[in-house]
Amino acid sequence: MNAYPADSVGRVVPRKIAIEQPLALDCGRTLPRHELMVETYGTLNADASNAVLICHALSGDHHAAGYHGDDDRKPGWWDNCIGPGKPIDTARFYVVSLNNLGGCRGSTGPNSINPDTGAPWGPDFPLLTVRDWVRSQALLADVLGIRQWAAVIGGSLGGMQVMQWAIDLPERIRHAVVIASAPKISAQNIAFNEIARQAILSDPDFHGGRFYGENVVPSRGLKLARMLGHITYLSDQAMRAKFGRELKAATPSFNFDVEFEVESYLRYQGQSFVDRFDANTYLLMTKALDYFDPAREFGDDLAAAFRQARARFLVIAFTSDWRFSPARSREIVKSLVDAGRDVSYALIDSQLGHDDFLMPLPQYHRVLRSYLARALEPAA
Amino acid sequence: MSAAALRPDLALICDWIRPGSRVLDLGCGDGALLSHLTRGFGVRGYGLEIDPENLARCVESGVNVIQADLDDGLKDFETRSFDYVLMTQALQALQRPDQALSEILRVGKTAIVTFPNFGHWRVRAALAMGRMPVTPSLPETWYNTPNIHLCTVADFEELCRERGWRIIHRRLLDRTHHDGLRIRLAPNLFSEVAQYMLQGPAA
Repeated sequence: MNAYPADSVGRVVPRKIAIEQPLALDCGRTLPRHELMVETYGTLNADASNAVLICHALSGDHHAAGYHGDDDRKPGWWDNCIGPGKPIDTARFYVVSLNNLGGCRGSTGPNSINPDTGAPWGPDFPLLTVRDWVRSQALLADVLGIRQWAAVIGGSLGGMQVMQWAIDLPERIRHAVVIASAPKISAQNIAFNEIARQAILSDPDFHGGRFYGENVVPSRGLKLARMLGHITYLSDQAMRAKFGRELKAATPSFNFDVEFEVESYLRYQGQSFVDRFDANTYLLMTKALDYFDPAREFGDDLAAAFRQARARFLVIAFTSDWRFSPARSREIVKSLVDAGRDVSYALIDSQLGHDDFLMPLPQYHRVLRSYLARALEPAA
Repeated sequence: MSAAALRPDLALICDWIRPGSRVLDLGCGDGALLSHLTRGFGVRGYGLEIDPENLARCVESGVNVIQADLDDGLKDFETRSFDYVLMTQALQALQRPDQALSEILRVGKTAIVTFPNFGHWRVRAALAMGRMPVTPSLPETWYNTPNIHLCTVADFEELCRERGWRIIHRRLLDRTHHDGLRIRLAPNLFSEVAQYMLQGPAA
């Protein structure tokens, strides 16, 4: 019997939930049914008013907290924030975390079987938008008996899902917590995504996305894409502090082997990503990021989009985050103020960069905890 | 929160605010005023605050608070988008109080500003003795005070005249937040706390 930390949700068992309703997608196609991998922590109360949805970012999944087994090396990706007594307090909330549609960790996605062909979907899997995810998550909420979320919470691409929830389904969300996100990504951000996609698409092992049948994976492309991503998730300062210009050996060897610590780090991160992630899902996720622009259907007026919302908002940004900079969060806040919505905004002093949204920074967790402490109060 | 718990100078300001209006509170501290206005007067509003500790306390008390540096201005706020913009006891700590007031009167239809009166006799007495004043309403010493742009009631009203800002109401008070005969006779000499309601030049 393994003793998990007292503030851990302990051992969790993911389950696959079938959504039998057809899902009409923004691309014009319809999925007749789909499956979502889900973990839940805590207990749903009698009137189902304490449910919190966690929306994951680019490479996240349903395993946000706790352990799958006694020999797990690490807990879920947001374990420092979700658990009994933690900011997202599972003693009070019923927390739902899923692997989004199009993911590669058990939910229906490019690496699952297309019932029409009996082979993996691969490149035939439809490209998705953040709105599609919100529709899919709403169907999941129906299955779980959750009419209205106490809060929907997400960082980065997850924060975009939170905003879309508030705009598209205003009656179904009381609190929207948008962390290290943006109202739409910049040309620079799309450019980074495009390089990541080109790395994958140009890998000979990609086979136009049909690599499953070839017994290969486009590991070089996926690895490069992840290495590029990692550079943008860290601040210059953090990289300097973490790696400096340290050589692994005493003297330069004048070749292209790993020589600097930072190269070693990037190669390791890239390789470990290849082992757990699907190239087609990576392509799909980056496209969803690029497409996100909730203001578009409101004449490019984000405030007009937010006038649809009824939720109260908490927006959080990090000083050292340059990929989703505080200026982008302030655009969200400005539009919410213009729309007359309730919003608080915290700028957290940080060192690491975009990745800080996953770190247990005291001021960050204090603000989140204090905000969520009021999320069970009935709406004013 | 009950009205009795509110700092007396803040309680007085509440009389000036129409219930149900839209309010921006600059330098809102722990959010006590905003919390009071929201719960008691149906006001919808936001506070701006730079200090992380104060920000967290605002979040704890459930008021809308936006982390911001007042010296960065109010560029994120639309013209005439608030009924009232408040600034209590912060004007004298800003880089350019005149520009701040001008921004406040752009964003708010009405401004409510309070500051310590540097014309009070205790201040004058200290200066007459050749020392920088340390008084009950200005307790910091010259080297550690955040107050870099202090003014007197007369200076403030002169600025309003120059810029065409209209003084709709003023309250000049002692430090227990009362007025009295002395203040009415010689306001710039006897008031310690000045509260003004301003509007921009008449259209």
